[in-house]
Amino acid sequence: MTHLLLRHRDIPDIDRLDVYQKNGGFEAFRKAVTKMKPQEVTYAVRVSGLRGRGGAGFPTGVKWGFIPGDIWPHYVVANADESEPGTFKDRELMERNPFQFLEGVAIAAYATGANAAYVYLRGEFWPVAASLDGKIADMEKAGLLGDGLFGTGFGLRIFTHLGAGAYICGEETALLESIEGKRGQPRIRPPFPAVYGLYGKPTVVNNVETLTNLPLIVEKGANWYKSLGTSDSAGVKIFSLSGHVNKPGNYELPFGTTYRDLIYNHGGGVTGDRPVKAIMSAGASSAMIVANARALDTPMDYASVRGLGADLGSASVIVINDSVDLDWVINKTIHFFKHESCGKCTPCREGCYWMMHLIERIERGEEVQASTELLHDVARQMQNKCLCPLGEFSTMAVTTAIERFPADFKTSPAGGSHA
Amino acid sequence: MLSEKYPEEVRKIFAKYPPEQKRSAVMPLLYLAQRDDGYITKAAMEDIARMLEITSTEVAEIVGFYTLYHDEKAGRYRMQVCTDLPCALRGADRFLEELCGNLGVKVGETTPDGLITIEAVMCLAACDKAPMFQVQAADGINYHENMTVDRTMELVAALRKSGKEVK
Repeated sequence: MTHLLLRHRDIPDIDRLDVYQKNGGFEAFRKAVTKMKPQEVTYAVRVSGLRGRGGAGFPTGVKWGFIPGDIWPHYVVANADESEPGTFKDRELMERNPFQFLEGVAIAAYATGANAAYVYLRGEFWPVAASLDGKIADMEKAGLLGDGLFGTGFGLRIFTHLGAGAYICGEETALLESIEGKRGQPRIRPPFPAVYGLYGKPTVVNNVETLTNLPLIVEKGANWYKSLGTSDSAGVKIFSLSGHVNKPGNYELPFGTTYRDLIYNHGGGVTGDRPVKAIMSAGASSAMIVANARALDTPMDYASVRGLGADLGSASVIVINDSVDLDWVINKTIHFFKHESCGKCTPCREGCYWMMHLIERIERGEEVQASTELLHDVARQMQNKCLCPLGEFSTMAVTTAIERFPADFKTSPAGGSHA
Repeated sequence: MLSEKYPEEVRKIFAKYPPEQKRSAVMPLLYLAQRDDGYITKAAMEDIARMLEITSTEVAEIVGFYTLYHDEKAGRYRMQVCTDLPCALRGADRFLEELCGNLGVKVGETTPDGLITIEAVMCLAACDKAPMFQVQAADGINYHENMTVDRTMELVAALRKSGKEVK
Protein backbone atom coordinates (compact mmCIF):
# COMPACT_ATOMS: atom_id res chain seq x y z
CA MET A 1 0.00 0.00 0.00
CA THR A 2 1.20 3.46 -0.79
CA HIS A 3 1.51 5.56 2.33
CA LEU A 4 -0.64 8.65 2.66
CA LEU A 5 0.89 10.00 5.88
CA LEU A 6 4.24 8.21 6.16
CA ARG A 7 5.00 9.25 2.57
CA HIS A 8 8.73 9.44 3.26
CA ARG A 9 8.73 5.66 3.20
CA ASP A 10 7.83 5.77 -0.50
CA ILE A 11 9.40 9.04 -1.65
CA PRO A 12 13.05 9.71 -0.73
CA ASP A 13 13.96 13.22 0.42
CA ILE A 14 10.34 14.34 0.78
CA ASP A 15 11.57 16.36 3.75
CA ARG A 16 13.06 18.76 1.17
CA LEU A 17 10.72 21.49 -0.01
CA ASP A 18 11.54 21.07 -3.72
CA VAL A 19 10.91 17.31 -3.55
CA TYR A 20 7.69 17.80 -1.60
CA GLN A 21 6.45 20.35 -4.14
CA LYS A 22 7.41 18.12 -7.08
CA ASN A 23 5.13 15.52 -5.54
CA GLY A 24 2.15 17.84 -5.35
CA GLY A 25 3.08 19.53 -2.11
CA PHE A 26 1.31 22.79 -1.16
CA GLU A 27 -1.16 22.45 -4.04
CA ALA A 28 -3.87 21.70 -1.48
CA PHE A 29 -2.99 24.82 0.51
CA ARG A 30 -2.97 26.88 -2.70
CA LYS A 31 -6.31 25.39 -3.72
CA ALA A 32 -7.85 26.15 -0.33
CA VAL A 33 -6.66 29.76 -0.24
CA THR A 34 -7.35 30.66 -3.87
CA LYS A 35 -10.43 28.58 -4.71
CA MET A 36 -12.28 27.84 -1.48
CA LYS A 37 -13.93 29.88 1.24
CA PRO A 38 -12.76 29.07 4.79
CA GLN A 39 -16.21 27.65 5.58
CA GLU A 40 -15.94 25.35 2.56
CA VAL A 41 -12.69 23.91 3.89
CA THR A 42 -14.26 23.37 7.31
CA TYR A 43 -17.28 21.75 5.66
CA ALA A 44 -15.06 19.39 3.64
CA VAL A 45 -13.18 18.34 6.77
CA ARG A 46 -16.46 17.73 8.56
CA VAL A 47 -17.83 15.62 5.70
CA SER A 48 -14.57 13.67 5.47
CA GLY A 49 -15.25 12.20 8.91
CA LEU A 50 -11.72 13.01 10.13
CA ARG A 51 -11.50 12.56 13.90
CA GLY A 52 -8.78 13.83 16.21
CA ARG A 53 -5.80 11.51 16.18
CA GLY A 54 -4.36 12.61 19.53
CA GLY A 55 -6.62 10.22 21.40
CA ALA A 56 -9.97 11.89 21.97
CA GLY A 57 -11.32 11.07 18.51
CA PHE A 58 -13.45 14.21 18.34
CA PRO A 59 -14.58 15.17 14.80
CA THR A 60 -12.10 17.78 13.57
CA GLY A 61 -14.46 19.76 11.36
CA VAL A 62 -16.99 20.02 14.19
CA LYS A 63 -14.26 21.32 16.51
CA TRP A 64 -13.40 24.03 13.99
CA GLY A 65 -17.06 24.92 13.68
CA PHE A 66 -17.12 26.12 17.30
CA ILE A 67 -14.78 29.03 16.49
CA PRO A 68 -16.85 32.22 16.79
CA GLY A 69 -16.75 34.83 14.04
CA ASP A 70 -17.04 37.84 16.35
CA ILE A 71 -13.96 37.47 18.56
CA TRP A 72 -10.51 38.04 17.02
CA PRO A 73 -7.70 37.15 16.49
CA HIS A 74 -7.87 33.38 16.11
CA TYR A 75 -5.02 30.95 16.67
CA VAL A 76 -4.15 27.46 15.52
CA VAL A 77 -1.99 25.33 17.77
CA ALA A 78 -0.48 22.02 16.71
CA ASN A 79 -0.22 19.63 19.61
CA ALA A 80 3.19 18.00 19.17
CA ASP A 81 3.61 17.18 22.85
CA GLU A 82 3.49 13.42 22.14
CA SER A 83 4.22 12.00 25.58
CA GLU A 84 1.93 9.01 26.05
CA PRO A 85 3.97 5.88 26.77
CA GLY A 86 3.58 3.83 23.60
CA THR A 87 3.09 6.75 21.22
CA PHE A 88 5.83 7.76 18.77
CA LYS A 89 4.06 8.60 15.52
CA ASP A 90 4.07 12.41 15.50
CA ARG A 91 7.82 12.52 15.87
CA GLU A 92 8.29 10.38 12.74
CA LEU A 93 5.88 12.61 10.80
CA MET A 94 7.61 15.84 11.83
CA GLU A 95 11.09 14.48 11.25
CA ARG A 96 10.54 12.69 7.98
CA ASN A 97 7.48 14.24 6.29
CA PRO A 98 7.48 17.72 7.87
CA PHE A 99 5.99 19.71 5.00
CA GLN A 100 2.80 17.67 4.81
CA PHE A 101 2.31 18.39 8.51
CA LEU A 102 3.10 22.11 8.07
CA GLU A 103 0.78 22.29 5.05
CA GLY A 104 -1.91 20.84 7.31
CA VAL A 105 -1.23 23.55 9.88
CA ALA A 106 -1.55 26.17 7.12
CA ILE A 107 -4.85 24.73 5.88
CA ALA A 108 -6.27 24.64 9.41
CA ALA A 109 -5.21 28.26 9.89
CA TYR A 110 -6.89 29.36 6.65
CA ALA A 111 -10.10 27.48 7.51
CA THR A 112 -10.34 29.01 10.97
CA GLY A 113 -9.15 32.50 10.06
CA ALA A 114 -5.90 32.37 12.03
CA ASN A 115 -2.91 34.44 10.97
CA ALA A 116 -0.58 32.88 13.52
CA ALA A 117 -0.02 29.24 14.39
CA TYR A 118 2.13 27.67 17.07
CA VAL A 119 3.60 24.18 17.02
CA TYR A 120 3.95 23.08 20.65
CA LEU A 121 6.63 20.38 20.84
CA ARG A 122 7.64 18.48 23.95
CA GLY A 123 11.02 19.74 25.13
CA GLU A 124 12.71 16.44 24.36
CA PHE A 125 11.98 17.09 20.67
CA TRP A 126 14.64 19.81 20.66
CA PRO A 127 16.27 18.64 17.41
CA VAL A 128 12.83 18.21 15.80
CA ALA A 129 11.98 21.82 16.64
CA ALA A 130 15.29 23.01 15.20
CA SER A 131 14.58 21.07 12.03
CA LEU A 132 11.01 22.45 11.79
CA ASP A 133 12.36 26.00 12.24
CA GLY A 134 14.48 25.37 9.14
CA LYS A 135 11.48 24.04 7.18
CA ILE A 136 9.38 27.04 8.21
CA ALA A 137 12.17 29.34 6.98
CA ASP A 138 12.19 27.43 3.66
CA MET A 139 8.44 28.03 3.35
CA GLU A 140 8.86 31.74 4.08
CA LYS A 141 11.52 32.04 1.38
CA ALA A 142 9.28 30.23 -1.11
CA GLY A 143 6.37 32.57 -0.41
CA LEU A 144 4.28 29.88 1.29
CA LEU A 145 4.20 31.78 4.59
CA GLY A 146 4.02 35.52 5.19
CA ASP A 147 1.63 38.21 4.05
CA GLY A 148 -0.61 38.18 0.97
CA LEU A 149 -0.26 34.47 0.17
CA PHE A 150 -0.96 33.45 -3.43
CA GLY A 151 -1.96 37.04 -4.22
CA THR A 152 -4.82 37.03 -1.71
CA GLY A 153 -5.26 38.99 1.50
CA PHE A 154 -4.54 35.93 3.67
CA GLY A 155 -1.31 35.90 5.65
CA LEU A 156 0.16 33.36 8.04
CA ARG A 157 3.17 32.90 10.29
CA ILE A 158 4.06 29.61 12.01
CA PHE A 159 6.20 29.45 15.17
CA THR A 160 7.57 26.55 17.19
CA HIS A 161 7.39 26.53 20.98
CA LEU A 162 9.33 23.99 23.02
CA GLY A 163 7.87 22.55 26.19
CA ALA A 164 10.21 21.27 28.87
CA GLY A 165 9.13 17.82 29.97
CA ALA A 166 5.55 17.56 31.22
CA TYR A 167 3.08 14.91 30.04
CA ILE A 168 0.19 17.08 31.19
CA CYS A 169 0.93 19.63 28.46
CA GLY A 170 -0.59 17.21 25.97
CA GLU A 171 -3.93 18.20 27.50
CA GLU A 172 -4.96 21.12 25.34
CA THR A 173 -5.73 23.73 28.00
CA ALA A 174 -2.54 22.87 29.92
CA LEU A 175 -0.68 23.24 26.65
CA LEU A 176 -2.13 26.73 26.16
CA GLU A 177 -1.16 27.72 29.71
CA SER A 178 2.36 26.53 28.93
CA ILE A 179 2.63 28.69 25.80
CA GLU A 180 1.42 31.61 27.88
CA GLY A 181 4.45 31.12 30.13
CA LYS A 182 2.67 29.51 33.05
CA ARG A 183 2.81 26.11 34.70
CA GLY A 184 1.18 23.56 32.43
CA GLN A 185 -1.98 22.91 34.41
CA PRO A 186 -5.38 22.31 32.83
CA ARG A 187 -8.03 25.00 32.89
CA ILE A 188 -11.55 24.41 34.10
CA ARG A 189 -13.77 23.92 31.07
CA PRO A 190 -16.01 25.40 29.77
CA PRO A 191 -15.08 27.78 28.25
CA PHE A 192 -13.39 25.55 25.69
CA PRO A 193 -10.35 26.69 23.69
CA ALA A 194 -12.51 27.24 20.60
CA VAL A 195 -13.93 30.27 22.43
CA TYR A 196 -11.33 31.07 25.10
CA GLY A 197 -7.99 29.62 24.03
CA LEU A 198 -4.52 31.03 23.61
CA TYR A 199 -4.31 34.51 25.18
CA GLY A 200 -8.05 34.19 25.78
CA LYS A 201 -8.79 34.13 22.05
CA PRO A 202 -10.56 31.50 19.91
CA THR A 203 -8.11 28.69 19.31
CA VAL A 204 -8.09 25.38 17.50
CA VAL A 205 -5.76 22.77 18.99
CA ASN A 206 -5.15 19.75 16.74
CA ASN A 207 -2.77 16.81 16.95
CA VAL A 208 0.11 16.51 14.46
CA GLU A 209 -1.28 13.42 12.75
CA THR A 210 -4.73 15.01 12.47
CA LEU A 211 -3.23 18.03 10.72
CA THR A 212 -1.12 15.87 8.40
CA ASN A 213 -4.36 14.40 6.99
CA LEU A 214 -5.69 17.79 5.86
CA PRO A 215 -3.78 18.22 2.57
CA LEU A 216 -5.19 14.85 1.43
CA ILE A 217 -8.77 15.84 2.21
CA VAL A 218 -8.50 19.20 0.42
CA GLU A 219 -6.67 17.69 -2.56
CA LYS A 220 -8.61 14.48 -3.12
CA GLY A 221 -11.95 15.38 -1.59
CA ALA A 222 -13.94 14.56 1.51
CA ASN A 223 -15.76 11.63 -0.08
CA TRP A 224 -12.55 9.97 -1.21
CA TYR A 225 -11.17 10.28 2.30
CA LYS A 226 -14.36 8.96 3.84
CA SER A 227 -14.25 5.92 1.57
CA LEU A 228 -11.10 4.78 3.35
CA GLY A 229 -11.57 3.03 6.69
CA THR A 230 -14.86 2.04 8.29
CA SER A 231 -18.22 3.70 8.74
CA ASP A 232 -17.42 5.40 12.06
CA SER A 233 -13.67 5.67 11.53
CA ALA A 234 -12.79 7.41 8.27
CA GLY A 235 -9.37 7.44 6.70
CA VAL A 236 -6.08 5.86 7.64
CA LYS A 237 -4.34 5.73 10.99
CA ILE A 238 -0.81 5.33 12.18
CA PHE A 239 -0.61 2.51 14.71
CA SER A 240 2.40 2.74 17.02
CA LEU A 241 3.25 -0.84 17.91
CA SER A 242 5.52 -1.52 20.89
CA GLY A 243 6.24 -3.96 23.69
CA HIS A 244 6.63 -7.70 23.15
CA VAL A 245 6.69 -7.79 19.35
CA ASN A 246 9.50 -8.69 16.99
CA LYS A 247 9.10 -5.65 14.76
CA PRO A 248 7.90 -2.66 16.77
CA GLY A 249 7.34 0.55 14.88
CA ASN A 250 4.76 2.77 13.19
CA TYR A 251 2.34 1.14 10.78
CA GLU A 252 -0.01 3.19 8.64
CA LEU A 253 -3.06 1.01 8.10
CA PRO A 254 -6.73 1.40 7.26
CA PHE A 255 -9.07 1.53 10.23
CA GLY A 256 -10.57 -1.90 10.73
CA THR A 257 -7.30 -3.83 10.54
CA THR A 258 -7.37 -6.50 13.25
CA TYR A 259 -5.01 -6.73 16.21
CA ARG A 260 -3.96 -10.15 14.94
CA ASP A 261 -2.95 -8.69 11.58
CA LEU A 262 -1.06 -5.83 13.24
CA ILE A 263 0.81 -8.01 15.73
CA TYR A 264 1.50 -11.17 13.72
CA ASN A 265 1.68 -9.90 10.16
CA HIS A 266 3.05 -6.36 10.37
CA GLY A 267 4.72 -6.73 13.76
CA GLY A 268 6.42 -10.03 12.96
CA GLY A 269 4.84 -11.91 15.87
CA VAL A 270 5.37 -11.93 19.61
CA THR A 271 8.75 -11.87 21.34
CA GLY A 272 9.90 -15.36 22.27
CA ASP A 273 6.96 -16.87 20.33
CA ARG A 274 4.94 -16.70 23.50
CA PRO A 275 1.19 -16.12 23.68
CA VAL A 276 -0.10 -12.54 23.95
CA LYS A 277 -1.52 -12.03 27.40
CA ALA A 278 -2.76 -8.46 27.30
CA ILE A 279 -3.04 -5.59 24.85
CA MET A 280 -3.04 -1.94 25.77
CA SER A 281 -4.83 -0.26 22.87
CA ALA A 282 -4.12 3.37 23.74
CA GLY A 283 -0.77 3.50 25.51
CA ALA A 284 -0.39 3.70 29.26
CA SER A 285 -3.82 5.37 29.50
CA SER A 286 -5.46 2.26 28.18
CA ALA A 287 -7.73 -0.27 29.76
CA MET A 288 -6.20 -3.73 29.76
CA ILE A 289 -7.60 -5.96 27.00
CA VAL A 290 -7.57 -9.73 27.61
CA ALA A 291 -5.87 -10.96 24.44
CA ASN A 292 -8.15 -13.88 23.63
CA ALA A 293 -9.12 -14.93 20.09
CA ARG A 294 -12.06 -12.53 20.04
CA ALA A 295 -9.85 -9.59 20.95
CA LEU A 296 -7.17 -10.51 18.43
CA ASP A 297 -9.76 -10.67 15.67
CA THR A 298 -11.33 -7.34 16.60
CA PRO A 299 -11.02 -4.65 13.95
CA MET A 300 -9.18 -1.58 15.18
CA ASP A 301 -11.73 1.19 14.83
CA TYR A 302 -13.35 3.48 17.39
CA ALA A 303 -16.55 1.46 17.90
CA SER A 304 -15.09 -2.05 17.82
CA VAL A 305 -12.33 -1.35 20.36
CA ARG A 306 -14.94 0.12 22.66
CA GLY A 307 -16.68 -3.26 22.43
CA LEU A 308 -13.63 -4.73 24.17
CA GLY A 309 -14.02 -2.34 27.11
CA ALA A 310 -11.16 -0.14 25.92
CA ASP A 311 -10.53 2.80 23.61
CA LEU A 312 -8.71 3.22 20.33
CA GLY A 313 -7.23 6.47 21.63
CA SER A 314 -4.06 7.45 19.85
CA ALA A 315 -3.75 3.85 18.59
CA SER A 316 -0.61 3.15 20.56
CA VAL A 317 -0.70 -0.61 20.85
CA ILE A 318 1.45 -2.09 23.63
CA VAL A 319 1.71 -5.87 23.42
CA ILE A 320 2.31 -7.81 26.62
CA ASN A 321 3.15 -11.52 26.50
CA ASP A 322 2.78 -14.11 29.25
CA SER A 323 6.30 -13.58 30.61
CA VAL A 324 5.17 -10.71 32.82
CA ASP A 325 2.45 -10.28 35.41
CA LEU A 326 0.02 -7.41 35.29
CA ASP A 327 0.87 -6.19 38.81
CA TRP A 328 4.32 -5.32 37.45
CA VAL A 329 2.73 -3.62 34.43
CA ILE A 330 0.49 -1.34 36.48
CA ASN A 331 3.38 -0.62 38.83
CA LYS A 332 5.00 0.99 35.78
CA THR A 333 1.92 2.92 34.68
CA ILE A 334 1.11 4.13 38.19
CA HIS A 335 4.65 5.47 38.70
CA PHE A 336 4.35 7.26 35.38
CA PHE A 337 1.11 9.01 36.33
CA LYS A 338 2.32 9.75 39.85
CA HIS A 339 5.31 11.55 38.32
CA GLU A 340 3.24 13.37 35.72
CA SER A 341 0.25 14.42 37.82
CA CYS A 342 0.27 18.21 37.69
CA GLY A 343 -1.02 18.58 41.24
CA LYS A 344 -3.89 20.94 40.44
CA CYS A 345 -6.83 18.70 41.38
CA THR A 346 -7.00 16.64 44.54
CA PRO A 347 -8.35 13.32 43.19
CA CYS A 348 -5.43 12.91 40.78
CA ARG A 349 -2.71 14.36 43.02
CA GLU A 350 -3.66 12.34 46.11
CA GLY A 351 -5.05 9.35 44.22
CA CYS A 352 -1.87 8.74 42.24
CA TYR A 353 0.15 9.06 45.45
CA TRP A 354 -1.94 6.41 47.21
CA MET A 355 -2.05 4.13 44.18
CA MET A 356 1.74 4.25 44.11
CA HIS A 357 2.07 3.29 47.77
CA LEU A 358 -0.43 0.46 47.40
CA ILE A 359 1.17 -1.06 44.31
CA GLU A 360 4.56 -0.87 46.03
CA ARG A 361 3.10 -2.80 48.96
CA ILE A 362 1.75 -5.39 46.55
CA GLU A 363 5.15 -5.65 44.88
CA ARG A 364 6.77 -6.23 48.27
CA GLY A 365 4.23 -8.97 48.95
CA GLU A 366 2.63 -7.14 51.87
CA GLU A 367 -1.03 -8.03 52.44
CA VAL A 368 -1.42 -8.61 48.72
CA GLN A 369 -5.14 -9.31 48.75
CA ALA A 370 -6.14 -6.43 51.02
CA SER A 371 -3.78 -4.03 49.26
CA THR A 372 -5.18 -5.03 45.88
CA GLU A 373 -8.75 -4.44 47.04
CA LEU A 374 -7.81 -1.05 48.44
CA LEU A 375 -5.91 -0.13 45.27
CA HIS A 376 -8.97 -0.98 43.20
CA ASP A 377 -11.12 1.06 45.54
CA VAL A 378 -8.85 4.12 45.37
CA ALA A 379 -8.75 3.96 41.57
CA ARG A 380 -12.54 3.65 41.38
CA GLN A 381 -12.97 6.63 43.68
CA MET A 382 -10.81 8.77 41.41
CA GLN A 383 -12.90 8.02 38.33
CA ASN A 384 -15.17 10.82 37.06
CA LYS A 385 -13.75 13.20 39.65
CA CYS A 386 -10.54 14.47 38.08
CA LEU A 387 -10.25 17.91 36.50
CA CYS A 388 -8.88 16.62 33.20
CA PRO A 389 -8.85 13.34 31.27
CA LEU A 390 -5.26 12.61 32.26
CA GLY A 391 -6.28 11.99 35.85
CA GLU A 392 -8.94 9.60 34.66
CA PHE A 393 -6.38 7.85 32.43
CA SER A 394 -4.23 6.98 35.43
CA THR A 395 -6.92 4.64 36.74
CA MET A 396 -7.84 2.77 33.55
CA ALA A 397 -5.07 0.18 33.55
CA VAL A 398 -5.34 -0.26 37.31
CA THR A 399 -9.01 -1.14 37.60
CA THR A 400 -9.09 -3.29 34.46
CA ALA A 401 -5.89 -5.19 35.30
CA ILE A 402 -7.30 -6.12 38.70
CA GLU A 403 -10.74 -6.99 37.31
CA ARG A 404 -9.63 -8.86 34.21
CA PHE A 405 -6.42 -10.51 35.43
CA PRO A 406 -7.21 -11.40 39.07
CA ALA A 407 -4.74 -14.30 39.11
CA ASP A 408 -1.85 -11.87 38.67
CA PHE A 409 -2.67 -10.27 42.02
CA LYS A 410 -2.92 -13.41 44.08
CA THR A 411 0.65 -14.61 44.10
CA SER A 412 3.45 -12.97 46.00
CA PRO A 413 5.79 -11.12 43.66
CA ALA A 414 8.54 -13.61 44.42
CA GLY A 415 6.51 -16.15 42.50
CA GLY A 416 5.48 -13.72 39.78
CA SER A 417 7.61 -12.65 36.91
CA HIS A 418 9.10 -9.39 35.79
CA ALA A 419 10.42 -8.25 32.44
CA MET B 1 22.35 39.48 31.57
CA LEU B 2 20.81 37.41 28.80
CA SER B 3 19.95 40.40 26.63
CA GLU B 4 23.59 41.49 26.62
CA LYS B 5 25.06 38.05 26.26
CA TYR B 6 22.69 36.71 23.59
CA PRO B 7 21.05 39.77 21.99
CA GLU B 8 20.20 38.06 18.70
CA GLU B 9 18.65 34.98 20.38
CA VAL B 10 16.62 37.14 22.75
CA ARG B 11 15.33 39.26 19.87
CA LYS B 12 14.29 36.11 17.95
CA ILE B 13 12.51 34.69 20.99
CA PHE B 14 10.46 37.84 21.58
CA ALA B 15 9.53 38.01 17.88
CA LYS B 16 7.61 34.75 18.24
CA TYR B 17 4.94 36.15 20.54
CA PRO B 18 2.57 39.14 20.45
CA PRO B 19 4.31 42.17 22.04
CA GLU B 20 1.75 42.32 24.85
CA GLN B 21 2.33 38.62 25.68
CA LYS B 22 5.96 38.80 26.73
CA ARG B 23 5.49 36.20 29.42
CA SER B 24 5.30 33.52 26.72
CA ALA B 25 9.05 33.97 26.29
CA VAL B 26 9.81 32.52 29.72
CA MET B 27 10.40 28.94 28.54
CA PRO B 28 12.79 29.72 25.64
CA LEU B 29 14.60 32.27 27.82
CA LEU B 30 15.11 29.64 30.51
CA TYR B 31 16.66 27.30 27.95
CA LEU B 32 18.96 30.16 26.98
CA ALA B 33 19.87 30.76 30.62
CA GLN B 34 20.71 27.07 30.96
CA ARG B 35 22.96 27.10 27.90
CA ASP B 36 26.30 27.74 29.59
CA ASP B 37 26.35 25.71 32.76
CA GLY B 38 23.45 23.32 32.37
CA TYR B 39 21.48 24.84 35.22
CA ILE B 40 19.68 28.07 36.01
CA THR B 41 20.90 30.39 38.75
CA LYS B 42 18.74 32.60 40.97
CA ALA B 43 20.32 35.63 39.31
CA ALA B 44 19.27 34.36 35.87
CA MET B 45 15.69 33.88 37.10
CA GLU B 46 15.64 37.43 38.43
CA ASP B 47 17.04 38.70 35.13
CA ILE B 48 14.29 36.90 33.19
CA ALA B 49 11.63 38.15 35.61
CA ARG B 50 12.73 41.74 34.98
CA MET B 51 12.67 41.24 31.21
CA LEU B 52 9.14 39.82 31.32
CA GLU B 53 7.80 42.09 34.06
CA ILE B 54 6.75 39.16 36.25
CA THR B 55 8.01 38.11 39.67
CA SER B 56 11.02 35.84 40.10
CA THR B 57 8.70 33.44 41.92
CA GLU B 58 6.68 33.13 38.74
CA VAL B 59 9.88 32.25 36.89
CA ALA B 60 10.99 29.83 39.60
CA GLU B 61 7.70 27.96 39.48
CA ILE B 62 8.29 27.26 35.78
CA VAL B 63 11.75 25.91 36.60
CA GLY B 64 10.24 23.72 39.29
CA PHE B 65 7.31 22.45 37.23
CA TYR B 66 9.11 21.24 34.10
CA THR B 67 11.65 18.42 34.29
CA LEU B 68 14.10 19.71 31.68
CA TYR B 69 15.00 22.82 33.67
CA HIS B 70 17.53 22.41 36.45
CA ASP B 71 18.43 24.69 39.32
CA GLU B 72 21.38 22.60 40.51
CA LYS B 73 24.62 21.71 38.88
CA ALA B 74 25.02 18.11 37.74
CA GLY B 75 27.26 16.28 35.29
CA ARG B 76 28.03 18.01 32.05
CA TYR B 77 25.85 15.44 30.30
CA ARG B 78 22.64 14.15 31.79
CA MET B 79 22.12 10.66 30.42
CA GLN B 80 18.38 10.14 30.77
CA VAL B 81 17.25 6.55 30.29
CA CYS B 82 13.58 5.87 29.62
CA THR B 83 12.31 3.07 31.85
CA ASP B 84 8.60 3.43 31.16
CA LEU B 85 6.44 0.43 30.33
CA PRO B 86 7.12 -0.04 26.57
CA CYS B 87 10.87 0.42 27.06
CA ALA B 88 10.84 -1.83 30.14
CA LEU B 89 9.17 -4.58 28.11
CA ARG B 90 12.26 -4.39 25.91
CA GLY B 91 14.73 -4.63 28.77
CA ALA B 92 15.26 -0.97 29.74
CA ASP B 93 15.43 -1.67 33.49
CA ARG B 94 18.17 -4.25 33.00
CA PHE B 95 19.97 -1.91 30.62
CA LEU B 96 19.94 0.90 33.19
CA GLU B 97 21.12 -1.41 35.96
CA GLU B 98 24.03 -2.74 33.91
CA LEU B 99 24.96 0.72 32.72
CA CYS B 100 25.05 1.99 36.29
CA GLY B 101 27.21 -1.01 37.23
CA ASN B 102 29.63 -0.23 34.42
CA LEU B 103 29.86 3.43 35.36
CA GLY B 104 30.06 2.69 39.08
CA VAL B 105 27.22 5.05 39.97
CA LYS B 106 23.64 4.75 41.14
CA VAL B 107 20.65 6.34 39.38
CA GLY B 108 20.75 10.06 40.11
CA GLU B 109 24.48 10.11 40.72
CA THR B 110 27.29 11.73 38.75
CA THR B 111 30.52 10.05 37.64
CA PRO B 112 33.53 11.20 39.70
CA ASP B 113 34.94 13.14 36.73
CA GLY B 114 31.78 15.26 36.76
CA LEU B 115 30.98 14.34 33.18
CA ILE B 116 27.86 12.18 33.33
CA THR B 117 24.77 12.10 35.55
CA ILE B 118 22.57 9.04 35.12
CA GLU B 119 18.83 9.59 35.42
CA ALA B 120 15.76 7.42 34.91
CA VAL B 121 13.08 9.40 33.08
CA MET B 122 9.53 9.04 31.80
CA CYS B 123 8.49 8.19 28.23
CA LEU B 124 10.55 9.86 25.47
CA ALA B 125 8.36 8.77 22.52
CA ALA B 126 10.85 6.26 21.15
CA CYS B 127 9.17 3.08 22.43
CA ASP B 128 10.04 1.03 19.33
CA LYS B 129 13.75 1.75 19.69
CA ALA B 130 14.37 0.72 23.30
CA PRO B 131 16.65 0.55 25.13
CA MET B 132 17.16 4.24 24.54
CA PHE B 133 18.16 7.41 26.31
CA GLN B 134 18.57 11.05 25.64
CA VAL B 135 21.60 13.10 26.49
CA GLN B 136 20.75 16.53 27.81
CA ALA B 137 23.69 18.87 27.53
CA ALA B 138 23.74 22.59 28.23
CA ASP B 139 23.05 23.41 24.59
CA GLY B 140 20.55 20.78 23.57
CA ILE B 141 19.18 17.26 23.63
CA ASN B 142 19.98 14.24 21.47
CA TYR B 143 18.44 10.78 21.33
CA HIS B 144 20.43 7.55 21.30
CA GLU B 145 18.23 4.61 20.28
CA ASN B 146 18.48 0.82 20.05
CA MET B 147 21.37 1.01 22.49
CA THR B 148 23.43 -1.70 24.16
CA VAL B 149 25.54 -1.23 27.28
CA ASP B 150 28.70 -1.74 25.18
CA ARG B 151 27.78 0.96 22.68
CA THR B 152 26.80 3.29 25.50
CA MET B 153 30.19 2.77 27.14
CA GLU B 154 31.83 3.61 23.78
CA LEU B 155 29.83 6.85 23.75
CA VAL B 156 30.95 7.55 27.31
CA ALA B 157 34.58 6.92 26.36
CA ALA B 158 34.25 9.29 23.40
CA LEU B 159 32.71 11.94 25.65
CA ARG B 160 35.56 11.56 28.12
CA LYS B 161 38.13 11.89 25.37
CA SER B 162 36.75 14.78 23.38
CA GLY B 163 34.26 16.32 25.74
CA LYS B 164 31.88 16.30 22.77
CA GLU B 165 28.85 14.17 22.09
CA VAL B 166 28.95 12.00 19.00
CA LYS B 167 25.62 10.94 17.54
